[in-house]
Amino acid sequence: MTDRRHTITPYVDWFTISLYLAIVVIGWLNIYSAVFNPAHPSILDFSQRYGKQFIWIMTGFIMAFFIMLSDASFFSVFAYPLYGITVFADLAVRFIGRDIAGSHSWFRIGEIGIQPAELGIFAINLGLAKYLSSDKKTSNAKQIRLVAIAMIVFPMLLIILQNETGVAVTYPAFIFVLYREGLSGNILLIGFVLIALFILALVGSKLILSLGLVGIALLAFVIFTKRKLKDVTRVGGILALCLAIVFGTNYAFNHLEPHQKKRIQVFLQQNVNNSKEGYNLHQAEIAIGSGNLFGKGYLQGTQAKLNYVPAHATDFIFVTPCEEWGFFGAAFIVILYFVLIVRLIFLAERQRSPFSRIYGYGVASIFFIHVAINVGMNLGLVPVIGIPLPFISYGGSSFWAFTLLLFIFLRLDADRLQILR
Amino acid sequence: MNTIFASRKYIIGSIFLIVCITCIVRLFYMQVIDENLKLDASNETFRHITQYPPRGCIYDRKGRLLVTNEAAYDILVTPALVKDFDTNSFCNDLGINKNDFISGIKKAVQQNTAYHSSVFMKEVTPEIYAIFQEKLYKYHGFTSQVRTVRRYPMKVAPHILGYIGEVDKDLCARDPNYKEGDYIGISGIEESYENDLKGKKGVKIMMFDAMNKEVGDYQNGEFDTLPVTGDNLTCTIDAELQAYGEKLMQNKAGSIVAIDPETGEILALVSSPYYDPNMMVGSVRAKNYAKLLQDSIDLPLFNRALMAMYPPGSTFKTVEALIGQQEGVLNENTCYSCGGAFHVGNVSVACDAAHGTLQLEKAIALSCNTYFCNVFMSIMKNKKYNSTEEAFNAWRRYVNSFGIGVRPDIDLPSALRGSLPTENYYDKYHGKGHWKAATIISLAIGQGELGVTPLQLANQAAIIGNRGYYYLPHIIKSIGDAPTIKKYATKHLVPIEPQYFDIVADGMCDVVNDGTAAASKIPGIVMCGKTGTAQNPNGRNNSLFIAFAPKDHPRIAISVVVERGGWGAAWAAPIASLMIEKYLNDTIRRTDIEERMLQGNTIQYLAEEKTMPKKKHKNNSSQNKTGHKKRHKQEDQ
Repeated sequence: MTDRRHTITPYVDWFTISLYLAIVVIGWLNIYSAVFNPAHPSILDFSQRYGKQFIWIMTGFIMAFFIMLSDASFFSVFAYPLYGITVFADLAVRFIGRDIAGSHSWFRIGEIGIQPAELGIFAINLGLAKYLSSDKKTSNAKQIRLVAIAMIVFPMLLIILQNETGVAVTYPAFIFVLYREGLSGNILLIGFVLIALFILALVGSKLILSLGLVGIALLAFVIFTKRKLKDVTRVGGILALCLAIVFGTNYAFNHLEPHQKKRIQVFLQQNVNNSKEGYNLHQAEIAIGSGNLFGKGYLQGTQAKLNYVPAHATDFIFVTPCEEWGFFGAAFIVILYFVLIVRLIFLAERQRSPFSRIYGYGVASIFFIHVAINVGMNLGLVPVIGIPLPFISYGGSSFWAFTLLLFIFLRLDADRLQILR
Repeated sequence: MNTIFASRKYIIGSIFLIVCITCIVRLFYMQVIDENLKLDASNETFRHITQYPPRGCIYDRKGRLLVTNEAAYDILVTPALVKDFDTNSFCNDLGINKNDFISGIKKAVQQNTAYHSSVFMKEVTPEIYAIFQEKLYKYHGFTSQVRTVRRYPMKVAPHILGYIGEVDKDLCARDPNYKEGDYIGISGIEESYENDLKGKKGVKIMMFDAMNKEVGDYQNGEFDTLPVTGDNLTCTIDAELQAYGEKLMQNKAGSIVAIDPETGEILALVSSPYYDPNMMVGSVRAKNYAKLLQDSIDLPLFNRALMAMYPPGSTFKTVEALIGQQEGVLNENTCYSCGGAFHVGNVSVACDAAHGTLQLEKAIALSCNTYFCNVFMSIMKNKKYNSTEEAFNAWRRYVNSFGIGVRPDIDLPSALRGSLPTENYYDKYHGKGHWKAATIISLAIGQGELGVTPLQLANQAAIIGNRGYYYLPHIIKSIGDAPTIKKYATKHLVPIEPQYFDIVADGMCDVVNDGTAAASKIPGIVMCGKTGTAQNPNGRNNSLFIAFAPKDHPRIAISVVVERGGWGAAWAAPIASLMIEKYLNDTIRRTDIEERMLQGNTIQYLAEEKTMPKKKHKNNSSQNKTGHKKRHKQEDQ
């Protein structure tokens, strides 16, 4: 593809950009309220987080601007190298990176911290998109599937090694991408079943669960199969796997880090009282609940400001709009994200190039899983996992990561008519 | 590729939609429907109220209460929540003026921001608080917190008991158990047993409504943690004996240390001048502390029993007598002739009288300098050593074993190790190889660079009384219900065989019977003692006395120091004998002596001295002639 001088302006999706700006501004104003310090009342005060966020936002805009100016084919051409650099960085940071609170996931350059796990997600997306869209005459479906999964799982494991299990949990979002590209829908089903099994294994009695599974297996054998020997092995194999998961869950659970264990226990309402985590989560719930329909008003929220809610500028940033803008305000933000994600799917579908489409689905999926887990965790639907809310949580690394992710896709989308295949 | 699975976009979209709807429904439930989560219309807030546990109490050995707790109240404020109210009535109730009020709020904002709770006023008395707290609900943003402060019902032993004060910022940063505003023991037992006394803080979460009224506890106290009371301590002190000692020492500077030789338990530890421990409690502490600190003549905060060093003077002769016998250069028959002074080379040490030819027991009874200078020389010139340095080091090791020059392993803070010069010290001062026994002869009579604390003197008396061993002196008998501490039950032996002690004990008995301390004899009790005078070049000398009683299997060992008391027999010996009489007999029959001691005032000499020009304190070698002569004439009467 040769680069032609053409204005892309009429082809850029301004709707998405306006959604982006809306969320960014809401996020910025929100941080101002959440960590408001009366000693530093200016929103541009750079010693405070709201001032710092402004810097991240502005530099993010500059990045976005340069991306839009660049040649779209750049991303396709450099997909693999970028992927490689990110994976290498994920590996290297384990050894060279600074140890912050137990996790080895940050590089520090002066005042600026860079987290390859977060920042590099766009590169993982690019690499995956490149692979799945490339000519694969020589390999069969199974091999493609395996390689694609490996491309996702390998960096995910590296991130787990960095002790950033939270970020690693967002990588399975790519399953939507794979599903769209032909991965069997059964995978999704199996995924749900697995999650259900995990939860049941932790909550309920393993004995009853095991008996239940055996019962279901027998039923399935009788009703659905031809009762041949190979069916026995098949059903038996699946049953064995399920049982292994049930017991394996307990084993894995006991080997989690203590704070991770606590979070899951709190989520499952076990031993809530004795833990700080239980108390903290309860505080968040109260803060959200106190918002009622219309909230207390901007800057009037008390719970987060009075430090009852922990991490109220990052993980629990959603609490503040709940408290200050009430149900309508909070629901509005959720709907805003939903519209953005659906818009991205729409844009992805109108791509001619599989590379762009796959990348686009990746963007939508990544946003989806971040919003779903972060909001879910704030609402007590999901155990506490330290994941930022895109563009709203405080943090330069995550803001850049999502901005890059989004604008690369917008750039690719702006070129959609240039591609013949 | 595009179209085959295109319809999957609907499935993916639907999944996203379902999640979105779930969130919104949950939001609705939490924010509109669920009553529990809602802070009600009056906008409840919680407060984490730290539950401070009562600090452990301290009892004396007979179970009398020495230190207990009393309630005091801190007034807290969260400036952001303060709304208009009648500040006049507020200030009246608390006894402050409008300016104090304003500056108090300002300080809170500065220290902790307007959104956090800070201490507005500390340690308000229960009387004021009773009136104030009824109106507390009117004063939005203000709350209170109960604290316990110490009370000393018997008003004795301030130095031993110590006091508590607020934690300093550095410790807060280093130790997460302490928060700003917490109390910590600062001296005495409060400091050394801080960990046992302080207990553990608890947290109670209380709900307050918009009217600032306490609504109740939170979730039935599910998230609360209970405080744990500190352990009570039983002190070894006999409060009655201690009080008596303090009374005897009024208007005098100095100390009394009384130990039970059979256990090492400290029966009394008096440092005078002293103060009423209730002065260091709560809101009056800062003021009183400053006042006491500024008294640079009396130094009332200074624990003389542990931290003041004096040359032991003639009391040291007892140690020498033991070392000499153990080294084989001295026995009960050894004679030396005293013509009024001791001479070696061009050094002489005066004695207060010409005692004629003496043997050991008499020499102790009359405290003959000449005799003991000879003993010292014989120890130093012992043929089994090749040099003065070697002999000196051997001699030094003996002295160390008596606890002199050694930091005492005692459960009170800041006990000094005293001063016992080393070979290196003399090498530096005189030059290596340029000093011999004669150079350091002052050590023979307990002068020179020797420095002991009253605690070490009492322990020395205990060692002699026990005939060769001691238990570590300590101040706490037991913590809570736990059994006694093992290390205090260990016998420590000195490297001197028991038989050598007999004659020293006999000599000390003679001191009291018809020797230098005859005026302090107690009818019915056989007390053994030794007078001493600690030299003071700037004024009157310090009066010292060590003793134990009864002679065999003593139940009390004691040291008394009266600064500027002059002769050991003048003040220290009578006071020691009264203490012993009180402890063993419970009543005093020699009321005339008691009366004289109670009326005595030697502290005036301290004040006088401060106004006189200071004389440079000369060391060991050069002051033997005149200083000693004058002094010893006065001592032995």
